[in-house]
Amino acid sequence: MRRAGLLADVLLPGARAALSGRSGGVAVLAAWAFLWALSALRLGRIVATLGGGSADQWLALATLVACLVACPVAALGWLRREPRKASDAPAGPIDWEAFARHRQASIGLVLLAALILVALLTPYLAPFDPNAQHAVVATRFLPPSAAHPLGTDRFGRDVLSRVLYGARISLTIGFVAVAIAMTVGTLVGSGAGLAGGAVDAASMRGVDLLLSFPRLVLLITLVALFEPHLGLVILVLGLTGWMGTARIVRGQVLSIREEDYVQAARALGLGRWRILVRHVLPNALTPVIVAATLGVGNTILAEAALSFLGLGVQPPTASWGNMVASGRDVMLNAWWIAAFPGLAIVLTVMSFNLVGDGLRDALDPRHARGP
Amino acid sequence: MLRYSGRRLLGAIPLLLGIVTLTFILLHLAPGDPTTAYFNPNIPPDVIEQMRRNLGLDRPLPVQYLDWLRSFFTGHFGYSFSQHRPVAAVIGDALPNTLLLSGISLVLIFVLGCAAGVVQAVRQYSAADQVLTLLALAIYSVPGFWLGLMLILLVSSPVLSGWLHLPISGMVSIDHEYLGWWGRVADRARHLVLPVIALGLASAAGVARYMRGSMLEVVGQDYIRTARAKGLPERRVILGHALRNALLPIVSLLGLYLPLLFGGTVVIEYVFSWPGMGRLLYNAILARDYPVVMAATFLFGALVVLGNLLADLLYAAVDPRVRYDGR
Repeated sequence: MRRAGLLADVLLPGARAALSGRSGGVAVLAAWAFLWALSALRLGRIVATLGGGSADQWLALATLVACLVACPVAALGWLRREPRKASDAPAGPIDWEAFARHRQASIGLVLLAALILVALLTPYLAPFDPNAQHAVVATRFLPPSAAHPLGTDRFGRDVLSRVLYGARISLTIGFVAVAIAMTVGTLVGSGAGLAGGAVDAASMRGVDLLLSFPRLVLLITLVALFEPHLGLVILVLGLTGWMGTARIVRGQVLSIREEDYVQAARALGLGRWRILVRHVLPNALTPVIVAATLGVGNTILAEAALSFLGLGVQPPTASWGNMVASGRDVMLNAWWIAAFPGLAIVLTVMSFNLVGDGLRDALDPRHARGP
Repeated sequence: MLRYSGRRLLGAIPLLLGIVTLTFILLHLAPGDPTTAYFNPNIPPDVIEQMRRNLGLDRPLPVQYLDWLRSFFTGHFGYSFSQHRPVAAVIGDALPNTLLLSGISLVLIFVLGCAAGVVQAVRQYSAADQVLTLLALAIYSVPGFWLGLMLILLVSSPVLSGWLHLPISGMVSIDHEYLGWWGRVADRARHLVLPVIALGLASAAGVARYMRGSMLEVVGQDYIRTARAKGLPERRVILGHALRNALLPIVSLLGLYLPLLFGGTVVIEYVFSWPGMGRLLYNAILARDYPVVMAATFLFGALVVLGNLLADLLYAAVDPRVRYDGR
């Protein structure tokens, strides 16, 4: 009986959990089916990768294999554990069970995981090369059809393939820029909070000053002073997004430094930096995670607006913003070129917002577990 | 109240000075200078040198900085390269249009957002609440420029264009000059419909989420129970007692949404060819018209500071506690 269960979990991971009504099982089973269908349909490309492929294709292959291993592992480990009761205390600072009970957040997380998976698997998923142009006159402005589910653009390029490749650009820019913003924000915020006095006052006035500029105005002015370039766009997005985090971290540091355990660490004679890195920052981290999640969504919106204005990611590299821009003047005849990339933006930003909101609830005990 | 207002006004001055300084630093961070825009191998170097002298770019930086600082007190922002007019005149044409567009959007954001939030809070967990919550989440994630394009697509569709006749670009119709006074107002209003929706809808969704939370918090308070207990009709309890208190924290949202609103004008004015500050800034950037870029950047910052100041004063006016508590 145990052996049959083991076999079921390896061959059809998630199926037993799905039958007993756990949504996690449904997700794992769906991922499993999707991965095998993809492998079967794109066997040619996978074999071609083994014969020598680009870094992109190797990354996609590695993702595919890793996910195919992860599904049975999840079925054997995570899905077999009983969910913790609502009344029990959470194990860490983040109440994952509360997060999982949060319906919107779970939907957001599944959407987000699917998006990241799609971005990584794009070389196998995309039906066409995003920049391929064949017989332009015959293939341009084709409405959505079986061959081109989202139609083709003015150069006869497949819109679906470009939307899929656009996901990688948007997510990469979003994650890297937010990583920069969080680093700068944490450094400035903890520096100001620990130093206090004039340093604190000066840096917080600086934050006020930078927050006085509409972000988009600052972005287009900065980008325009230099030449638009992917690295610059990421850097500028990062450098205009750290102020909120600095305020949060400063507030956290100011309140945590008065806690007993920090006083104890100080009494033990630990150095300032050691106290900051080992005792203060880990406890200040949780609101930063929420800000980061919501920040990725905002950054993707900002990047899309920049690219739409022609100041962000430059064609022919596919980004959702410049795709919408390219569909703008032919919109009344070929609506699909501008419409679908925009939908992709909405979906992506929404999943980040869903996860961010859910995390906030999970992190805030008042919301999660009632009085 | 007077002392509080004075303190707030004084507090805004260093911020405005900081904005002037930062725009100056931005200008000088750029590689090259405004004459680079005219870079052309056919122009001899001594002409470029002459231009630099005319623009005052050959003087030491501190002198240029003081000059820059002075220009914001005199209102003489320099000369626009691309439009061959004083920057002050260029901005004077664009600023009222942006204030009109963003002012009306602001009204939409707060009226629509608060109304939706109140409906949700009063009928918590009802179907209407859940639908509005999901809708707000989706709308909050919609990029303004795309919403604008989709609105244009919508009103241009054969079904709607027959009876809706909404203009999709510009600020007035061709025959605007020949219309009567009321005709002109109506014409302007019809041109405002789509840009205002595209600019404000996402923020309205954000306000709705806050308003729902704020209203739910107030409805749980003792004084609401008291109001109900003494037999007031539910309408009076909600609109008279709960709403007024729930609106207080919403005033502070103004500071959050003003930068977003003014940033949005750059994109929305571009989409709808609205002749305001956002489009001016964008065109100046494409034309490398540095004096206009810097003056417009400064003005956007100043608008946010002044808007925040106004929000602070408004907050103090409606909530007396702020005047005494705030240091």
